[in-house]
Amino acid sequence: MPAEAGPQLTWDVAHDVSELFEYHFMINALLAGGVVALLAGAVGWLMVLRGEAFAGHTLSMMAFPGAAAAALAGVPGAWGYFVFCGAGAGAIAGVSGAGRRSWGEQSAAIGSVQALALAVGFLFVNLYGGVLGDLESLLFGDLLGVSDGQVLVLALVTAVTLLALMALARPLLFASVDPDVAAARGVPVRRLGFAFLLLLALAVGATSQITGVLLVFALLVAPAASAQALTARPLASLALTVLLALLIVWLGLGIAYFSVYPAGFFIATIAFAIYVLARSIAWLRG
Amino acid sequence: MFTQEFMRNALLAGTFVALACGVSGWFVVLRGQVFAGDALSHVAFPGALAAAAAGVDQRIGLFTATIAAGAAIGLLGRGLLGGRAGGGGASGGAVAAAQQDTAVGTAFTFILGLGVFFLTLAGKSAAGGSGIVGAHTLFGSIFGLSAGEARLAGAIGLAVALLVGAIARPLLFSSLAPDVAAARGVPVRLLGVAFAALLGVVAAEATQAVGALLLLGLLAAPAAAAHRLARSPFAGIALAGLLAVAAMWGGLALAYAIPSLPPSTAVIALAVATYGGAALLGGRAHR
Repeated sequence: MPAEAGPQLTWDVAHDVSELFEYHFMINALLAGGVVALLAGAVGWLMVLRGEAFAGHTLSMMAFPGAAAAALAGVPGAWGYFVFCGAGAGAIAGVSGAGRRSWGEQSAAIGSVQALALAVGFLFVNLYGGVLGDLESLLFGDLLGVSDGQVLVLALVTAVTLLALMALARPLLFASVDPDVAAARGVPVRRLGFAFLLLLALAVGATSQITGVLLVFALLVAPAASAQALTARPLASLALTVLLALLIVWLGLGIAYFSVYPAGFFIATIAFAIYVLARSIAWLRG
Repeated sequence: MFTQEFMRNALLAGTFVALACGVSGWFVVLRGQVFAGDALSHVAFPGALAAAAAGVDQRIGLFTATIAAGAAIGLLGRGLLGGRAGGGGASGGAVAAAQQDTAVGTAFTFILGLGVFFLTLAGKSAAGGSGIVGAHTLFGSIFGLSAGEARLAGAIGLAVALLVGAIARPLLFSSLAPDVAAARGVPVRLLGVAFAALLGVVAAEATQAVGALLLLGLLAAPAAAAHRLARSPFAGIALAGLLAVAAMWGGLALAYAIPSLPPSTAVIALAVATYGGAALLGGRAHR
């Protein structure tokens, strides 16, 4: 692969790092990436603890019909993201909560919600005129094209979500770790579950605008799964999750800056490498 | 409708692809592997893009990627990935399955990341081709199948459905009571890997029909409906296949009648409708 005209990596680390901050778009990318890592790390930690990875994946897919519907209606894409993610949270809570169904059927129901949402999104794209020009950035994100306004919206959404999460932290943790005992003690387990799905939807809706629909998971599940494999203490693993998420985003962006390949690829690869490393350490420890 | 050649091809391929999806989907739901099936279907996308980047027939990339991923999921399945589950009574199975979901989610995000990488590569080698490969892989192109492709897809779909039928009895046993089955000499692990590899074939097949992003609907929804409605396992398997084929036919006919409606959307909408109907009808029929 011939080197293209662009930034060159040198052995002078300080110079390389200072070059990262030379452009405004790069500062925005690092800022947005940091905010999103904080949000996805914290929410993802609870998601992994609750075993709702598939629900999270389905919510992240909601961004696709959301963006397509927004394009069709001529409103900003972010509206579509949040509306459809919220509706998806409602649908998932509806299909997975009713009655005592088997794990297989619950996930089949969630999968049906996901497939239907994607199918509807595809219909919207077709109705829009079949121009899939933005499909790639929709699916794989556009980290380098983040505007000042987007950074502001992301910071707001993150602040709101984290505050809500902190307010609910104690009962939510109880209901996640031992739902039966929590329900017996009068904790509203079902309503908390729905509230968490809504927060997850908010986090996914914000994150997928940056990382793309398909790669949200690199930040949502990998840092949390790695941290929970390494330590069982709640606060330590939560802190580790957020740290790992920040590391993954900034490292991925930094490498992508000096490379011709997209940031999403590096972020997903680093996230997976950290997860494999964490699982190996956990396995070696027995 | 049947005078159009593209419609005959779509019906031929679609019927058997749907049959394979429905029949194997019944076991996917039974085994709690819906997310694994979803991951397999998404793996089809990097597979096709890698083939496009390398300049070979994309079906080779599709099948290689999904079968390899299927075998990997089967090999690493519950034993290794769910190993840390501290089974607390009845919820132990669900905890193990949730842990498996986490591992699957992490691994397939990485593979999707590879997809982005290949997308860049393909975009550089074949100018402009990657967007079309991408859209076709993600959302299917059943009306664009040639007669030869349709016959091949139909034959593979039929073969998979028959194979799943052939291993149905031991697979059922080892899915419901793995420990007892292993004690009776059923090769539980081998069956798990074989089934996951078959699922890979199904995913690659269905990707061509309804697309990598949508095939989960055809895999999970009719099967979940059958789990709701049918009382005996074999009736359930047959019903799942039947519902999937019905959704395929209905969807193709709808898309033929309404030109602005993509066939993939119509098929998936009907498949999900079968589950919605079953959930309303069956209600609390059993379990």
